[in-house]
Amino acid sequence: MSLSGGWYLTLAAVLFGIGAVGVLVRRNVLVMFMCIELMLNAANLTFVTFSRMLGDIGGQVVVFFVLVVAAAEVVVGLGIVVAIFRRSTSTVADDLHVLKG
Amino acid sequence: MRVALLIASASLHGGIAMPHIAYLAILPEIVMLGGAILLLAVASLVRSALNVTVITVSTLVISLASLAAALWQFFDVQSHGAYTTLDHAVVLDGFSVLVTVLVASAMALTALVGDGYQRREGLAGPEFNVLAMVSATGAMLMGEANDLVIVFLGLEILSIALYVLAAFNRRRAESGEAALKYFLLGGFSSAIFVYGIALTYGATGTTNLTQIADFLAKNVVVSDGLLLAGLTLLLVGFAFKVAAVPFHMWTPDVYQGSPTPITGFMSAVAKAAGFAALIRVFVSSFGVLRVDWQPIIYALAVVTLLVGAVLALIQTDIKRMLAYSSINHAGFVLLGLEAAGALGKVGARGVSSALYYLFAYTFMAIGSFAIVSVLGGRGDAAHEISNYKGLGKRQPFLALAFAVLLLSQAGAPFTTGFWAKLQVVAAAVDANSVPLAVIAMVSAAVAAFFYLRVVLLMYSPKKFVSDQEGDRLENLDASGDAVASTSAREPLWSGSGRQTALVNELNATLLLESSPETIEVPDEREGDVVNVPVLAVVAIGICIAVTVGFGVFPAPLADFAHKASLLFMP
Repeated sequence: MSLSGGWYLTLAAVLFGIGAVGVLVRRNVLVMFMCIELMLNAANLTFVTFSRMLGDIGGQVVVFFVLVVAAAEVVVGLGIVVAIFRRSTSTVADDLHVLKG
Repeated sequence: MRVALLIASASLHGGIAMPHIAYLAILPEIVMLGGAILLLAVASLVRSALNVTVITVSTLVISLASLAAALWQFFDVQSHGAYTTLDHAVVLDGFSVLVTVLVASAMALTALVGDGYQRREGLAGPEFNVLAMVSATGAMLMGEANDLVIVFLGLEILSIALYVLAAFNRRRAESGEAALKYFLLGGFSSAIFVYGIALTYGATGTTNLTQIADFLAKNVVVSDGLLLAGLTLLLVGFAFKVAAVPFHMWTPDVYQGSPTPITGFMSAVAKAAGFAALIRVFVSSFGVLRVDWQPIIYALAVVTLLVGAVLALIQTDIKRMLAYSSINHAGFVLLGLEAAGALGKVGARGVSSALYYLFAYTFMAIGSFAIVSVLGGRGDAAHEISNYKGLGKRQPFLALAFAVLLLSQAGAPFTTGFWAKLQVVAAAVDANSVPLAVIAMVSAAVAAFFYLRVVLLMYSPKKFVSDQEGDRLENLDASGDAVASTSAREPLWSGSGRQTALVNELNATLLLESSPETIEVPDEREGDVVNVPVLAVVAIGICIAVTVGFGVFPAPLADFAHKASLLFMP
């Protein structure tokens, strides 16, 4: 049994939606962080699917670039999280309130 | 990505075909990034810690070398014309050269301002400059990207370095918080951007900007949902980066919390790079779809112009005010982009007016934030607008410089700010967007009010007591003389419930009014007069020279901007 590309695209769209909603509604920094990763991976899945559908290897190569960038982002992001939450005990974004906004 | 395709297909036949690389096209990036890595390596290999002076001087040398490479590019483009290289992933044209020049100059100025900042805050090590240079490399790459993947890589190189720079001052809680906000929203916008690239790739079969333009010119996309969704997501990603309303929420917080020289760098470079890539992607690749995107840009421009100007009015923190003013400026650049959607000469004029605006804004923003940085005092905290009261008396030169830069931002004649506003508005009128031009003028008038407010405050006499604020200042002043330390002061104000704010205000008042003993900074003799580092003076002087010089003699810069046409103009 084989699935058509549309299913993969739909799955990617759903994952992207879950990620986007997660970033907007969840208040825990680490969860927000994971949601961003989910969005990036949804984009990767879309790239691979289109790459297969179009018969073009380019889309799969893009995924490597995105993976590398995502890894770099994780390194920096976790560094910032650790640096900030050394001061406080929780990782809830609402606990940060020095800057009004 | 045809590079990959070429390599893949060639490897089937035994050999690997390497794309031709014209190294001149990426020379400024190579110099900047190579210099940054070299500086980092040398700093970690030498036995003793590198002196701040050594680091600043090497950063300056690297930035100026990069600038020289960009000028070499300029003459090359003028004599041989524009071209693409690296298998069409990178383009060298007048547009990319101007962005590179802008970024390299901004980097040099930031190094000058950052020198004094690092000494004052006691930040040792080369990382401050190295990260800024890496970030500048990303910005240059965005300016000459001819492939959505390269745009994305440039965007991320720029942003990731900026996240770290925002958090650079570990002693300030605001700095970390700003970095986290910037990081979360920046990551969110990048993810949206990548998804936009994915959908565009699905709809057109390529990520190369030229090939997308070819595809759209030759094919009629019947069910264009995928393409338009991709286009919208790309626009949202860009709008986050350039801080266009309604994607501007992070800007005031991040600008306020970041170290002030970095705020200047961020406002100039991230905005310029974001707009450069936005203009190139939308005008050269999606030019065919202008009917679809022009109204969106129109709407974005309207809300950005109005929200930026109105919200700047009610700020009490100078950095937040300048943040909203930068949002307002983004609206003006969007005006140029909206005009760039028009066909032919009018469109080209829109592109060059937007670039001119970015160029003028870079020097105004870096100069303004340099002055704010100097006046921030140790701890980079004294940023209340009320601190600027009487600055004209205390530090006449600094006040004059700030007044000139603010007036330029407001669009006063004989400054680049005036010509920049004139050009984008004229371009909008040419493109038949007269209502938008009118809204821009209204927003400029509103914006002039908050710039002039600061200017008037600087030149108002110290004991100018006419409003409630003045009375409160007087009261605080009296109590400030009576008590010596913050802890002793607190009981006096505990009833108000807004202790922190009041104590801040009190500190600010003390800085402004009190005798030298109550100030903890030993190297300032007069208490309220801050020490202005020589290099910061040089940086501010350059910004003023550019702003006023090209304001009085606008021809050379306007000419430069007009030569900055895109290689692919449909």
